[in-house]
Amino acid sequence: MPFQKGETGIVTADGTGLPGSVPLIWGDRMKDELFEQYQTLLACYLRDRREDQLYAAQQMSKWMMEQKIPPEEMVSFHAEALKSLMPDLPEDVHLSFNFLIEMMIGYGTALREHENLLNRQRELEYEIEVAVGMQQTLLPDSPPELPELDIGVISVPANRMSGDYYNFVNHDGDSIGVALSDIIGKGIPAALCMSMIKYAMDQLDHPLDPSEILRRLNTVVERNVDPSMFITMVYGVYDLNRHIFRYAAAGHEPGIYICKEDQHFEDMTTRGLVLGVTKEVQYQEYALALDPGDLIVLFSDGVTEARIDGQFLGRERLKELIRSYLHLPAQRMAETLYRNLYEMADYQLKDDQTIILIRRKE
Amino acid sequence: MNVTIEEQIRSDQERTLVVSGEVDAFTAPQLREKLMPLCQENCKVYLNLSQVDYMDSTGLGVLIGAFKKLRSQRGRLILTGVSPRLKRLLNITGLSEILEIEDRV
Repeated sequence: MPFQKGETGIVTADGTGLPGSVPLIWGDRMKDELFEQYQTLLACYLRDRREDQLYAAQQMSKWMMEQKIPPEEMVSFHAEALKSLMPDLPEDVHLSFNFLIEMMIGYGTALREHENLLNRQRELEYEIEVAVGMQQTLLPDSPPELPELDIGVISVPANRMSGDYYNFVNHDGDSIGVALSDIIGKGIPAALCMSMIKYAMDQLDHPLDPSEILRRLNTVVERNVDPSMFITMVYGVYDLNRHIFRYAAAGHEPGIYICKEDQHFEDMTTRGLVLGVTKEVQYQEYALALDPGDLIVLFSDGVTEARIDGQFLGRERLKELIRSYLHLPAQRMAETLYRNLYEMADYQLKDDQTIILIRRKE
Repeated sequence: MNVTIEEQIRSDQERTLVVSGEVDAFTAPQLREKLMPLCQENCKVYLNLSQVDYMDSTGLGVLIGAFKKLRSQRGRLILTGVSPRLKRLLNITGLSEILEIEDRV
């Protein structure tokens, strides 16, 4: 019967030194009992040299580790046992065990430190897991479904937490607002900053002009972030009746407009300072008129800066990629674009990737 | 990839930092460490970027941090040797409008 967690065996009376099944509760007598067991087991093994006795020793050491009995204690058991089993050993041998005990104390401390670090890591893992879950609640579950538009979104963080933020805001059924934002850096600091943007946006009274939204967000970001932190954003409002997309950008990578009729691609004009650098910034507003089948592609810079064979993907290759999947519905197109990118980058995307597709239905 | 930063003294209140390599999330802290102590009152800091192969948004963040600190202390940050790629990044982010950029290195 091997040693069980929370109990130890009592050496059986059969003279093999193997542990019996009577449980023993950790208490004051434990050390003595344990020493007795060790000594008996050792004595029996030295006499019989049996495999199952070695196995029992293994079980005993496992149990002792679970009880967090330090390694130096183990060595001291051995030294004590030798003293009583072989009293005639030269003094030097006994002394050498004192020496070994000293050595093992450092080892034991390192082991306990390691154990603490492991526990700490598990706690952190858990905290991050909770944070990842919370971050997910900041992002919309799925793109809005509208009779006028076919919308597709994909957003995948490079690590566990994302620095890309996007949102859709419904303006009384007449227009829909879309925000795509990239926070400098990635991981946890970016994720914390993202929640600020989310709540700042929730405070704004919609509908507003895209330029006004950026102007107000800029003052919030400027007041609240570290001097070397900044945020890029493109904000657009799609007029569902007139099919005009008005937008403004704060330092965000320009989107791409694709005309269905002649299949031409156009870089969307965007000029404007990133959020958070100076107090008062006026943002320029632009407008695009969409015909049926026309498509707007917005993305974070992680997409164009994906490294493929040591080179950046760049806008031209992104356009080629978009061209090959134009026939797909928006959501499938977004997912396919991302999957292609992921494969081309050899499954190592170093930055967060977000793609938003807005197509006027035909 | 790595970054090396060499400091040159132009005068009492003028310094040049020559930056070579890639400035990204891993190397940006090194640039910040060299750059921020130079951002003192009335100081002029030249940042020679002609040897910079790549700079990401974290690198831009360092430039912005230095720019803000110098601006609040009547100092100036001047970028030189800006590559076309970096120029494009500065244009997209709108930073080319507020940062001083000199063509001459």
